[in-house]
Amino acid sequence: MGAILKEYRYTPAKIVRGYSGKSLYINVSDLRIEEKTITEFMKEKFTGGKGFDLWYLWNAVIPETRWDSPENEIVMSVGPLGGITQYSGTGKTLVASISPLTDIPIDSNAGGYFGPLLKFSGWDAFELQGKAEKEIIIFIDGNNGLIEIKEAEEYPEDSHVLAEQLTREYADDENDMVNVSVVCTGSAAKHGFMGMLNFSFYDPRRQTVRFKQAARGGLGTILCDKKIKALVVKYKGVTPNLNNAADLATINKVGVKYHKEMHDLDSKQNKMRQIGTANTVMIMSQYDLLPTRNFQTGGDPEVVKIAPEVFINEWLTQGLHDGCWYGCTMSCAKCADHFLLTSGPYAGERVTVDGPEYECVAGLGANLGIFDPQAILEENFYCDTYGIDLISFATCTAFIMECRQRGQITQEQMGGLDLRFGNKDAVLELLHLMSRGEGFGRLAGLGIRKLKKIFVEEFGADADLLEDIGMEVKGLEYAEYAHKESLAQQGGFALATKGPQHDEAWLIFMDMVNKQIPTFEDKANALYYFPMFRTWFGLVGLCKLPWNDIVPADNHKTSEPAKVPEHVQNYVDIYNAVTGEDIDKDELILQSERVYQFQRVFSVRMGKGERKDDYAPYRSLGPVSREEYLSRQDLYDKQLSELQGLDPEVIDLDEKIAKLRAYREDQYEQLMDAVYRRRGWTMNGIPTPERLREIGMDLPMLLEVVEPKL
Amino acid sequence: MKILTHKQELCNGCLDCEVACSQTYYKTSDRNYSAIRIIENNKTYRARKCTQCGECINMCTAHAIYRDHNGVVRIDKKKCVGCLGCVGFCSELVMFYADDQEVPFKCIACNVCSKACPTGALEILISQVKER
Repeated sequence: MGAILKEYRYTPAKIVRGYSGKSLYINVSDLRIEEKTITEFMKEKFTGGKGFDLWYLWNAVIPETRWDSPENEIVMSVGPLGGITQYSGTGKTLVASISPLTDIPIDSNAGGYFGPLLKFSGWDAFELQGKAEKEIIIFIDGNNGLIEIKEAEEYPEDSHVLAEQLTREYADDENDMVNVSVVCTGSAAKHGFMGMLNFSFYDPRRQTVRFKQAARGGLGTILCDKKIKALVVKYKGVTPNLNNAADLATINKVGVKYHKEMHDLDSKQNKMRQIGTANTVMIMSQYDLLPTRNFQTGGDPEVVKIAPEVFINEWLTQGLHDGCWYGCTMSCAKCADHFLLTSGPYAGERVTVDGPEYECVAGLGANLGIFDPQAILEENFYCDTYGIDLISFATCTAFIMECRQRGQITQEQMGGLDLRFGNKDAVLELLHLMSRGEGFGRLAGLGIRKLKKIFVEEFGADADLLEDIGMEVKGLEYAEYAHKESLAQQGGFALATKGPQHDEAWLIFMDMVNKQIPTFEDKANALYYFPMFRTWFGLVGLCKLPWNDIVPADNHKTSEPAKVPEHVQNYVDIYNAVTGEDIDKDELILQSERVYQFQRVFSVRMGKGERKDDYAPYRSLGPVSREEYLSRQDLYDKQLSELQGLDPEVIDLDEKIAKLRAYREDQYEQLMDAVYRRRGWTMNGIPTPERLREIGMDLPMLLEVVEPKL
Repeated sequence: MKILTHKQELCNGCLDCEVACSQTYYKTSDRNYSAIRIIENNKTYRARKCTQCGECINMCTAHAIYRDHNGVVRIDKKKCVGCLGCVGFCSELVMFYADDQEVPFKCIACNVCSKACPTGALEILISQVKER
């Protein structure tokens, strides 16, 4: 099916100590295929993974490049540790591009088999540039050294159908299906800016294709714009040491220690093997952290209906290996099997729903006022198969619902769609409209930043109110954690380089509950260390969850439990054992900082990445509305009295809201100052040449960008 | 199912069983390559060896562990990706690995050690062990 447009033969490079030393470049405009060499400079400055992605992307684009410019690239790379099997969470592919939502580099990571199989096929990184004339599929056969580009117009669009078809087509037989992985998006990706990428892996026990997502920032939208329907990689013969590690014995030892910890402690700690990331839903609600009805509150009595036990007992299939790459004993990728769909084009079919993860239950559930597990699973399924980033979709839809609640838009302006909190049928209908590119579905996928402008300019909405309640920074929608009472996390989100995603920092318990970082300096130190440390996972191809979603039994006795020191040492040991290098935990942070600062300068180069771009909407910092204030009146009154020396008894409600706001906004400014200093930035948020020099990143190309901004 | 049993009262701790096992499968007398390990405690001897419970079968991330027609839990070394998850997850601590081996190993009730045992402490039985 589909005429072959191009064939290219290559000799797959042997992997030595985690690197194949080669990257693949394909220009889909003229079907040009090139092999590039991974230089020592790239390894030294960028390590791999997201570092390689950003390096190639920088060289591909100019400051005027936008998401749909032909020179924009989608770059992916798995990193030097990617594909090892002996530790949990070692199959992550890092993807970067210029985002349609933010106009700056977005990076997003996915599990699934694509990245490791790509590396085993000989490629440390993969650049896709240009725009194809007609829809194409790119197939990489790593065993035979063949790249094939073929026409794809006859293939279906939605991921669960497309990936299943492609997996069967390219596998020799049923046993071979585990050796095929597909990257694709879905029908909604081209009708908005929040299209995501699905990365597949075949589950032989369930006999179905499953997905993990590189979801954030519109990567699927870019794939569609390039007219790439799918990427397929096939590599048969995954064996224990394809990375040719320098010291397999150490990797084995560290891996077994970790697996034992997982076996002994998971059921007493987070139950990741039972329920995955959704284990925290009740805890989040108890601590007022579960975003509810567009982050207006942090929980709801109805949340018991979507508690972890409900999914475990009534919906999820248990007892099977659920990792998204070999060797992951954390196994957090859950499944609801034989799920009966009730709406949309696949209504009446029984499908496997991958999930739900925490973000799904929080976003598509509580944040939309939907406390119905079945509805959440159906939303989850359609977001996935239609290629929609469910975080952006949930946060954006919650914003639309609050606009409706506060009379800023009407049902008529939404094309008759009755989008209000709790209306699951309207949310599902919105997803189907987005898939078809019809009606309000065309607007809803544009993201909050663009919708604010449209609602104000076309519907006469109140611009100030929309700025306050639209949960986006830099154009990217917030991930699903309410955090009004954690100043450090306000920074963790709004100061994140690509936009408010929690993969840079999750400091809420450290800050708000355990009160371990009381001063601005403490918070700034945390907002230095954790974003740097977490960046490292993306450089080497690892998943963050095995770091702190389980901890050694004696972790609480260490000097810095939040860092999980023993696991940090595991990572240092594994890195050295794979690459043959000799880094320590400080060098690990330095590797990260090089890429972290590079990405910040990259953002500056693209026109965002200054102080003005780091402000949070007030909904992130404190109560916008009277109802919000009243929902935690005792807490807020106490703060007015204790922190500001005011007597809440003699001030009216609106004035209390205003006074608290002035205080919190000032706190946030002071936090920015402290963090900028700690990160070696000017007070305008620009990395200084001195700092770049200290970390060995005073490259002329970076200095050219920052120097005019000093 | 076939299962290796060990009678503590007959065991003299000579370790002939360990040597027989490691010699047969890895051509070495190093006990780190044996799928049976004799543990001494106050002149009494306990054997660590697989109970064939099968707990490792479902957790295997590469679907490489299976129960054969004799009920013995076995590793398909062609499918095994050497993640060693089964080693960490074995409640009996009887899934073993060695530093220079890519894949783990375990007792497959082959009878080599019981034949080597001078006291008759080891025996292969056909048993109705509860499968996990």
